[in-house]
Amino acid sequence: MSNTDFILAIEDLTVSFDGFKAVDSLSMYIDKNELRVVIGPNGAGKTTVLYLICGKTKSTEGSIKFKNIEMTTLSEHEIVRAGVGRKFQTPSIYENLTVYQNLEVSYPVGRSVWGSLTFKRTPELSEQVRKIAAEVLLTEHLDLEAALLSHGQKQWLEIGMLLMQDPELLMLDEPVAGMSAKERDQTAELLNQICQNRSVLVIEHDMEFVKKIAHKVTVLHQGKILAEGSMEKVQANEKVIEVYLGH
Amino acid sequence: MTVILDKCFGGKQGAVNLAILAILLLVIFPLWLDLFRLGLIGKYVTYAFVAVSLVLLWGNGGILSLGQGMFFGLGGYCMAMFLKLEASDPISTKIQTTPGIPDFMDWNQITEIPWFWQPFKSFPLTVFFVLAVPTFLAFIIGYAMFKRRVGGVYFAIITQAIALILSILIVGQQGYTGGVNGITDLKTLLGWDIRTDSAKYVLYFINASLLIGVIILSNYVLSSKFGMLLLAMRDKEERVRFSGYDVSSFKIFIFCYAAMISAIGGAMFTLQIGFMSPSFVGIVPSIEMVIFAAVGGRMSLIGAVYGALLVNFGKTMFSENFPELWLFLMGGLFIAVVMFFPDGLAGVYRDHAKNFNLADWLIASYTKWFKKDANMLGDKV
Repeated sequence: MSNTDFILAIEDLTVSFDGFKAVDSLSMYIDKNELRVVIGPNGAGKTTVLYLICGKTKSTEGSIKFKNIEMTTLSEHEIVRAGVGRKFQTPSIYENLTVYQNLEVSYPVGRSVWGSLTFKRTPELSEQVRKIAAEVLLTEHLDLEAALLSHGQKQWLEIGMLLMQDPELLMLDEPVAGMSAKERDQTAELLNQICQNRSVLVIEHDMEFVKKIAHKVTVLHQGKILAEGSMEKVQANEKVIEVYLGH
Repeated sequence: MTVILDKCFGGKQGAVNLAILAILLLVIFPLWLDLFRLGLIGKYVTYAFVAVSLVLLWGNGGILSLGQGMFFGLGGYCMAMFLKLEASDPISTKIQTTPGIPDFMDWNQITEIPWFWQPFKSFPLTVFFVLAVPTFLAFIIGYAMFKRRVGGVYFAIITQAIALILSILIVGQQGYTGGVNGITDLKTLLGWDIRTDSAKYVLYFINASLLIGVIILSNYVLSSKFGMLLLAMRDKEERVRFSGYDVSSFKIFIFCYAAMISAIGGAMFTLQIGFMSPSFVGIVPSIEMVIFAAVGGRMSLIGAVYGALLVNFGKTMFSENFPELWLFLMGGLFIAVVMFFPDGLAGVYRDHAKNFNLADWLIASYTKWFKKDANMLGDKV
């Protein structure tokens, strides 16, 4: 496969679980600084695509190239180190640590055993933690144990932890599930802000939210792409209305 | 000063707690107890090494090893092999068929010292092997398990199985290991008789000082980013992995470190008690050591030492009077701790001593009586 200008190029990607093809020769390209939303009915293979990109699931066939580097043969932590950050569906934070420590642990320095033993807390680290905390609206809670945050704040904290790593591609799996209307608006604002200098891939069900953030939407159905394009174009697509959006 | 205090002693409160433990072990016990009782404390302190290793591994890392006894035992066996070779000189073994080899080898018709005993003729090599053999075994087990992402209950069962295999192997290979009796009749260390009263005192102090040293080193490990990552891995392993860390290498490291400090305890056990046997390698001792850590508090390095001391003290008192009831009591104690005091003695101390901050009290009295600068202990801790 030839090299491209895309930050992420997925080509002919297939994964089969005992003969069932959860993702079936999928091809998808994401531009630099693009915010892409993947939607689709349950079981369409959205989360599987995300798992394939971040290395949790190994593909059966096809290729995933991030900045023209083949990802399918790398292990999870190598993919992260290459610049792909991934948020889990349910907030996945370290409940026993403070908000500050949660962000500090995610700082991409001292990632080896020896490096972590000799790691020194620098002023840059503290500055970076405060900057990110301000972005995800958690400045006031830096010393709070993370378990005590609200659900929405936990989601933001996890996004903050990803921002600490400064990834070039950020993947979010249903970031606004369980959030209040106000929190959804704030999250939309946050996502629009963070895709200024990185690409973002979001899986989402909430159509109102998708409209607020998406540059481009990909609709998945039975492991294949059903439609792709702007939100208006996709919403007008008859096939999409039939299988997913309803009447 | 503040940095060292934080990194090696766990802050102001930690430094005071460690100082109290050091005074108790190094001053109060030796002055107060007779040599017999002090020898018992010395034995408990060797178990405390294992309890401390479990605080790191299990309390902080969430990796429950039910086989720490094998590392304790291996460290002890390495030391015992050296002492046994020294005790088996041709003159004192002249009544044997083959003089100059350990007595149990002679009983088993072995006529020369086997190759894997050869390095233990040298004391520096022995010290190296005391640390290296258990660490290497831990590396192999850790590499095989953690790279395949075996964890939790499965890991605990596998470590238990390996401990059992090792103890059966030692019992079975009587000619090479001394079998079920272990390696006994140890006399001298580089010509220094370890059975005399003065030697017992010296070994006790070396042992207790080593334990304090291990706690300080472990405090450093826990206060580093590594320590924070251990907690993070215990909590959300996947999140750590997807933050760019190779989780398995961190687990392998802490497992090897825990094995190494357990081995120091084992070697000191051999020196102080004068023998090593398979009864310290198998399943029962390994589980007992988990109980010491649980009773003391699985998150507290110092708590684990008190756990080891108290449970063993109880064991000695009880088993002197009701030997058949002891195991039931110990099982009951374990259940009670898990149900009512999940953080062990250290948790009880933390919750009930909250209003009474010993560190502040000591510093206040110190200032009052000596009019010195209280800030020398660091004001920003």
